[in-house]
Amino acid sequence: MSKTPAGTLYRGREGMWSWVAHRITGVVIFFFLLVHVLDTSLVRVSPEAYDAVIGSYKNPIMGLGELGLVGAIVFHAFNGLRVILIDFWKKGPKYQRQMLWGVVGLWLVTMIAFSIRHLAVVFGG
Amino acid sequence: MSTETAEKEPASKVDLAPGIGGGGEIPTFDVTLKVRRYNPEVSDEVHWDEWQLTMYGTDRVLDALHKVKWEHDGTVSFRRSCAHGVCGSDAMRINGRNRLACKTLLKDLDTSKPILVEPIKGLPVEKDLIVDMEPFFQSYREIMPFLVNKGHEPTKERLQSAEERERYDDTTKCILCAACTSSCPVFWTDGQYFGPAAIVNAHRFIFDSRDDAGDMRLEILNDKEGVWRCRTTFNCTEACPRGIQVTQAIAEVKQAILTRKI
Repeated sequence: MSKTPAGTLYRGREGMWSWVAHRITGVVIFFFLLVHVLDTSLVRVSPEAYDAVIGSYKNPIMGLGELGLVGAIVFHAFNGLRVILIDFWKKGPKYQRQMLWGVVGLWLVTMIAFSIRHLAVVFGG
Repeated sequence: MSTETAEKEPASKVDLAPGIGGGGEIPTFDVTLKVRRYNPEVSDEVHWDEWQLTMYGTDRVLDALHKVKWEHDGTVSFRRSCAHGVCGSDAMRINGRNRLACKTLLKDLDTSKPILVEPIKGLPVEKDLIVDMEPFFQSYREIMPFLVNKGHEPTKERLQSAEERERYDDTTKCILCAACTSSCPVFWTDGQYFGPAAIVNAHRFIFDSRDDAGDMRLEILNDKEGVWRCRTTFNCTEACPRGIQVTQAIAEVKQAILTRKI
C-alpha cells in the first residue's frame, strides 16, 4: 500500500540486533561453505589444481578475511547456544540479555587469542 | 485563620514558598511532533508533517496528537478510545518503538529532538496512523480465544486453585493492541505468521486448567506459520504495554508442543 519513504528503522534492543547479527553471520558462513565445498572438491580434479587454489589464499587480504570468517563462526556458534537455551532452558528468556553479554565476552576472549596467533602467522611469514 | 479562609478554598492546601508557583501549576515545554502521513484519497505518497507544540509535563503523546487534531490539522487520523491504556486502540511507533500513545509521557522522551510518530509495521496502512487490523484479528480468532469445556456445565462456578490460576496469569493481561505482533521482524516479512499476540492468547487458554481444547490449540500452533516462526528477538516483550513476558509465553507453548505436557 503506502510506499516511500520507508520510515524509521525499528529501534529494537539487544535481542533484535543479536538476531540480525546471527542472520548475517549465518549467510556469511553459508557462502564460505559454498566456496569451501568447491575448492575442496578440486582435489578430485587434480591435487595440483587444489594446491594452486589453496596457495592463492595465502595473502594478507585473505588472511584478514579468515579472521572475519572465524569471527562470524564463533559468534554464530556461541549465540546459537544462547538461542537453544532461550528455547529449552526454563529461565532462558529471562536471562537472554545477560547471556548475550556472555556470548560477547566469550567471543572477545576467543577472538583476541585467535587474532594474536593468526595475525602472527599471516604477517609474520 | 479559619475565619478568613473559610469563604474561599485555597487552590492548594500545601504551602509553597513564593516563587515556586501556585499549587496546580505544571511546567510546560516545547516539543516538535512529526507524524507520518498517508491518505490514499489524496496521494499514494507518504510524507511527514511537523508541528511545534507547547505541552505540559503531565501530557502524553496522545495529548500532543489531540492538540494537533483539535487545534492545528483536523485531518490527522489515529485510533483511540479509552485513552487510558486499557482498550489497546492507540498502539503506534513512537521514536521507532511500538508504544501506546496514551501511556507514553512526553517528558520521558527526548524532547530536544522531534518526536517521530508512525503507524505500526507489518499491517496495511489505511490512513495516517490507522492500520487494517483484520489480519491480526484473523490470527487471534484462529487460536479459539474462548473457553472450551467438554464436561457437564457445573451448577456453580468452575473451580480452580490459586496455583492453577497463577499458571497463565501473565497472558490474561493482553489488550490486543498489536504492539507485539507489529514489532516482530518475522511478522513484517511473513504476514502469515500467527504473531506473538495470537500465541499469548492461545497460552492463556492452553494453560487454563478449566479448558479442554489445549491439544487442539497446540496442534494449530504446531504449524509452519505457528510458534516455530518465532526467532526470539524479544521485540514483542519489550513492546508490550502490559509488561507481558511474551517471548517467555511463546517458549512455554513451544515446550508444551514438544512434550505434550501442559
